[in-house]
Amino acid sequence: METILKIDKIEKYYGSRSSLTKAIDNMSFEVEKGEFVAIMGSSGSGKTTLLNVISTIDRVTSGHIYVDHEDITKLKGNKLNKFRREELGFIFQDFNLLDTLTAYENIALALSIQNVKVEEIEKRIKKVAEQLNIKDVLRKYPYQMSGGQKQRVASARAIITNPKLILADEPTGALDSKSSKMLLERFNYLNEELHATILMVTHDAFTASYASRVIFIKDGKIFNEIHRGNDSRKEFFDKIIDVVTLLGGDLNDAL
Amino acid sequence: MMLFKLSLANIKKSFKDYAIYFFTLVLGVAIFYVFNAIDSQTAMIDITSSTRDIIELMTNTLSGVSVFVSFILGFLIIYASKFLITRRNKEFGIYLTLGMSKRKISMILFLETLFIGIISLVVGLIVGIVLSQLMSLLVANMFEADLTSFTFVFSSSACVKTLIYFSIIYLIVMIFNTISISKCNLIDLLHANKKSEKVKLKNPVICTIVFIIAVIMLGYAYYQVTVELVSIDDPSKIFIPIILGVISTVLIFWSLSGLLLRIIMRMKNIYYKGLNSFTVRQISSKINTTVFSTSIICLMLFITICVFSSSLSIKNSMTANLTTLAPADIEINKTLDMPLEDAANYGYTPAQAEDSKLTVLETLEKLDFDVEKYFTDILTFNVYATDDITVEDTLGDAYAKVKEGYSNLVYHSAESFIKLSDYNKLAKIYHLEPISLKEDQYVLVADFDSWINIRNEGLKANAKITLLGKNYYPKYKECQNGFLYMTSSHVNIGFFVVPDDAVDESIRAESILIANYKANSEEEKEQIEQQVLNLNNHPYAENTSISASTKIAIYEGSVGLGALVTFIGLYLGIIFLISCAAILALKELSESSDNKERFAMLRKIGTDEKMINRALFRQIAIFFLFPLILAIIHSIFGIIFCNTLLSSFGSDQLLPSIIMTAIFIVIIYGGYFIITYFCSKSMIRERL
Repeated sequence: METILKIDKIEKYYGSRSSLTKAIDNMSFEVEKGEFVAIMGSSGSGKTTLLNVISTIDRVTSGHIYVDHEDITKLKGNKLNKFRREELGFIFQDFNLLDTLTAYENIALALSIQNVKVEEIEKRIKKVAEQLNIKDVLRKYPYQMSGGQKQRVASARAIITNPKLILADEPTGALDSKSSKMLLERFNYLNEELHATILMVTHDAFTASYASRVIFIKDGKIFNEIHRGNDSRKEFFDKIIDVVTLLGGDLNDAL
Repeated sequence: MMLFKLSLANIKKSFKDYAIYFFTLVLGVAIFYVFNAIDSQTAMIDITSSTRDIIELMTNTLSGVSVFVSFILGFLIIYASKFLITRRNKEFGIYLTLGMSKRKISMILFLETLFIGIISLVVGLIVGIVLSQLMSLLVANMFEADLTSFTFVFSSSACVKTLIYFSIIYLIVMIFNTISISKCNLIDLLHANKKSEKVKLKNPVICTIVFIIAVIMLGYAYYQVTVELVSIDDPSKIFIPIILGVISTVLIFWSLSGLLLRIIMRMKNIYYKGLNSFTVRQISSKINTTVFSTSIICLMLFITICVFSSSLSIKNSMTANLTTLAPADIEINKTLDMPLEDAANYGYTPAQAEDSKLTVLETLEKLDFDVEKYFTDILTFNVYATDDITVEDTLGDAYAKVKEGYSNLVYHSAESFIKLSDYNKLAKIYHLEPISLKEDQYVLVADFDSWINIRNEGLKANAKITLLGKNYYPKYKECQNGFLYMTSSHVNIGFFVVPDDAVDESIRAESILIANYKANSEEEKEQIEQQVLNLNNHPYAENTSISASTKIAIYEGSVGLGALVTFIGLYLGIIFLISCAAILALKELSESSDNKERFAMLRKIGTDEKMINRALFRQIAIFFLFPLILAIIHSIFGIIFCNTLLSSFGSDQLLPSIIMTAIFIVIIYGGYFIITYFCSKSMIRERL
């Protein structure tokens, strides 16, 4: 299998010399093409920092991050932006849709900033809308949609550019359980049918149980890692809960 | 002490937000000082006493205008500080949750206003003092005086005045701040920026209809103030176009915002290119809610442009006309043969009635003025008039038609006549076209535009006049250009040139003397001028109603009046421009601070910084340009209207004043635009 993301001994420090906080402390792991990886950890474990450095929103203090064999810690300025818009897809907890644009326009924006032709934009949106079941809401504004619909629109925006890696930051954080389930099933569909590589950060065991692998982090380090293998989702969920318990109730809001 | 530190820190921290506020205050203070210091600036310039009087009049007028200006600035500053408070709602909310009392928050604001006030006053005064040195040059140029030597002038009275006015303004701002803090609720403060606007698309059909109606209304208003307008004798002639103009301005912004959005959205190739869809939505979402303020700004810009260019062109054309309007050094006239029995009714003394039997030359002799010694190229003649021939008579068949158009004019005043031979001599001195007449012809001479229009109606109707039993007909179907009395503007409503034998001494009405000074230099001319002025002190002076116009007096008076109008125009124009630009800038800045999250999101999905900046630039540029464009269109017609109104001043000097106006707009309006752009840029860069 081809490695799409390689994290190589990265460290991220905050603060000055006198009061140093190690948000990420010598972390290494790899994600292969077509994997659906969940990263679990409690508040302050460093999972958001990890996502930020992978998405190049923040910079590492030391170490390297390779996306498709390219060292993104070396990228600067417009190359960074280019990398971000062409290789990555983002899904945020609070959707981050532009409230002044319709769903269609929100999705189109991801392509129009890459100067994709109008006809092509139209074609791709039509396709992705079917895949994510949002055809009915394309003409609506974010304030006219439910949370689940918004998150699916945001997902559509993330995958429409055919990114190498989709980064999802607590995608179900603002959704009710029914919408969460629906969204995660769509993630599975994207992962299994379209072979999208997804890296998802969450503190929710149920959400994590949809992934094929779960990495647990604590205090900026990898604490544990479990693979789903041939388990059913329910069995995998139980395994995750076991690890969470092992973590010592730090993830007390895991359920 | 803690509050003191906190407020200082706040100013430092939010300097970006304060930049526009500070810039506006400094500009306001500086302009205020400059125009109130004109008095002292002119003290250094070498000018005559009559000019000095005009400057005093100007100073008084300007200080009157300053009161009005201080009101405008006061409102502007209150508006700006309100904007700053809204920007900081969350901060105040946190103070309140921490248990700080509202009184203490008011105290923080009070201290901040105080600091900003003091700094802006100091900086503004320094800028003002520097600018007022430049003003000296302008003043000297206006009054066509030499600035013999450059002296640094500081006007303490203007300084004190500025301090007092602005202290009052700041005090009012503090009161307003305190009120707005005491009225607000904690929940609103904390959730101040959580409101998201609902985007409503307007119905395109209604938009189109409204747009067409608005354009027709506006076109009608334009037509009314330009083509239709000959003179203003009925106030409704102006008010209706003004009201139509205001309404249609609002409607155009309302409908255009909806229409443009629709049209651009249809053009998919443009709409889905780069951040265009984002920019268009940004603008349309705001223009929906800012139609009213955009209209106000548009109208204010319109007034600014008109005031600016008209006042500048008045000064230009006033002085430009003088060489043609005051061709001789002196023109003296007096009324002849005033009947003794009417003396009490018309307010002249029997002695004056007695004197009115004499011609100008004879009266000058009585005043012991040696005409031959001081004057050369002397021309004397009489003007004739009779109550038998009035304006009504000279209009002939056209009278009914003219009366309908100009109901307020006086039609029964007596017309004046000049003998052909006298006129041709006059024409030579005045550099006018000479006239030749057949024995039954007359020529009408006038240079007042609106009266020319009226007179021409009569001439076209071939109006006949009867003098001493003989009939005369117009030689030309139009008035000929010319005048008799020297004045600073074109105000000759018309006199008749008739063959020499058409009139006789029984109907003589006025005696005229026109001459040049017997002088070789400006100094000698000034001395003779003084001699003429001294005639007023002669004991016989009160027995005569002689009156003189001199080139020097006309020149100074007209330059002074021109300068007065120009300075007031400049003052008000600049203040208006600052107000418009500052309001727009503040609106755009608050926009940008609201849009921070949107731009952060664009950045997250990988939009280039360049693309973001371009989108921001376009957005701000459109908000600044939109009202300006309509204002410029308004102004084209507004300036034409002003010209018609001021046609007596002459109107051929428009281009330089329009260029000047453009320069001012580019500097002030453009300056605000650039500051807004850079402040917004750094604002949207802030991390959330």
